Amino acid sequence: MNLYAIKAIYTFEMARTVRTLMQSIVSPVLSTSLYFVVFGAAIGSRIEAIDGVSYAAFLVPGLIMLSVLTQSISNASFGIHFPKFIGTIYEVLSAPVSPFEIVVGYVGAAATKSVILGLIILATATLFVSVEILHPVWMLAFLVLTSVTFSLFGFLIGIWAKNFEQLQIIPLLIITPLVFLGGSFYSIKMLPPVWQTVTYFNPVLYLVSGFRWSFYGNADVNVGLSLLMILLFLALCLYAVSWIFKTGYQIKT
Amino acid sequence: MSPIIQIESLSKIYDTGFEALKSVSLDVEDGEILALLGPNGAGKTTLISIIVGLVNATGGSVTVDGRDIVDDYRHTRALIGLVPQEITTDAFETVWATITHTRGLFGLAADPAYIEQLLKDLSLWDKKGEKLMTLSGGMKRRVMIAKALSHKPRILFLDEPTAGVDVELRKDMWALVRRLKDSGVTIILTTHYIDEAEEIADRVAVINHGEIIVVEEKAELMRKLGQKTLFLDLQERLTVLPESLSAFNVALSEDGNQLIYTYDTNAERTGITRLLATLNDSGIRFRDLSTTQSSLEDIFVKLVRDEA
Ligand SMILES: Nc1ncnc2c1ncn2[C@@H]1O[C@H](COP(=O)(O)OP(=O)(O)O)[C@@H](O)[C@H]1O
Ligand SMILES: [Mg+2]
Repeated sequence: MNLYAIKAIYTFEMARTVRTLMQSIVSPVLSTSLYFVVFGAAIGSRIEAIDGVSYAAFLVPGLIMLSVLTQSISNASFGIHFPKFIGTIYEVLSAPVSPFEIVVGYVGAAATKSVILGLIILATATLFVSVEILHPVWMLAFLVLTSVTFSLFGFLIGIWAKNFEQLQIIPLLIITPLVFLGGSFYSIKMLPPVWQTVTYFNPVLYLVSGFRWSFYGNADVNVGLSLLMILLFLALCLYAVSWIFKTGYQIKT
Repeated sequence: MSPIIQIESLSKIYDTGFEALKSVSLDVEDGEILALLGPNGAGKTTLISIIVGLVNATGGSVTVDGRDIVDDYRHTRALIGLVPQEITTDAFETVWATITHTRGLFGLAADPAYIEQLLKDLSLWDKKGEKLMTLSGGMKRRVMIAKALSHKPRILFLDEPTAGVDVELRKDMWALVRRLKDSGVTIILTTHYIDEAEEIADRVAVINHGEIIVVEEKAELMRKLGQKTLFLDLQERLTVLPESLSAFNVALSEDGNQLIYTYDTNAERTGITRLLATLNDSGIRFRDLSTTQSSLEDIFVKLVRDEA
């Protein structure tokens, strides 16, 4: 195992995060705060509590997931796409580094950033509402798993994308709608039965539901099922990554 | 000693269907400077890219230090440093950070003393804290070289190292290449400047249209394929070439003061003795004589023309 290489890639990516601190941390925190002001305080006060949890508090896990998902994808996809675009990727590809080590370096850095971001948003949220966390270990576990899985997914998009437009298109056209319709801002029990059924096909539901369970102990779907779905998606992404490196798809000619 | 790099029937067909390499076989000896000489599009970069792992071969095999470049890539890549043809740098990194980064990728702990020496050798020491985007093109290229040497490779690939490079850097680069060779590093450089190959290489492999046309010791190549030209400065100007010389491959210079005789150094007989005897018989006297050896340039033009 080439640990020095993992460390080199990881620290390089983390240095990039620090350089782009504004974009990577400050802007999600700001937009999350705005959500709390608008939906939590202004509108939320007129919405009745869900399963005994005030709407503002109910929002917290969903908002964290929203940021973690989108930031994991955009950060990881950019992290690998940019060196591919400017050509510096040659260095990694011609070094004695295994595909696994490359992925650990890039995805590890993106996931680390997402976890930190999630915790910062959580801390920000406590300024607006009182948040209780019933299962802190599970909360962290869901946060880490989601960050890793979606950073991996972002890594895949970064390799697949042929240009910066394609890089934006999947988060914009697929992830954002899925997050908004996946119960981030409401309990699916509030939906008519037909839409409840439709929502069960939305993978984000399982993430948000599991994550919210770790806070308040109630969930739209069984926690075990949530965990299973994340692991399944993780396995899918891992498989896709290994296929990409085996064939050199979009990396080697 | 067995070759440090052995290339066996290597072929590459790009997705476009373009056949960039057609069954190339080539051995690179340990410690030599090999020039890979060929025009643009000949397949030089493709060949290097396969060896370092940037491009997948379509057929054939390559071993480095006796190990397969695919099965044993960790071993083979660790031995190789690459200075690619295109300069690509991370704009926001400092010189020091980017070189340490490369060393890390090659699985080595930081070695500040070595990096310091490297930067000094490449006249980069006073730039060590600067961001790459603030450097000139020439300085960036020096950084690329420093990166390639950051893990003390045993084999160094220089892909068109002097394209667009100023005289000073070029001089520094050749000095560095010679020093590296003295320390036992094998160097493979590509170029389409023939004088460059002539200046620095021990051996020359000429590649064109994805095929190696010839591989020779540089001196041998020039001796074998070289033509020489003999210039005879006449004591008295001639207006026409005398009938007696028509049997020779000889021409009269435009001003009529010089006879120019071209001969093949490979030939059984160069014909010089006979020519001089004939001149003597014809009463043509000369003041001075000189010969020139054809350059690799001439050889190359001849080879490529013959092949076409
Ligand atoms: N990625 C690619 N896809 C298709 N054709 C390519 C690719 N890279 C190089 N080629 C073609 O292969 C040939 C050899 O290219 P290259 O190895 O870069 O030549 P050289 O380095 O000798 O100039 C060229 O005709 C080039 O157009
Ligand atoms: Mg080239």
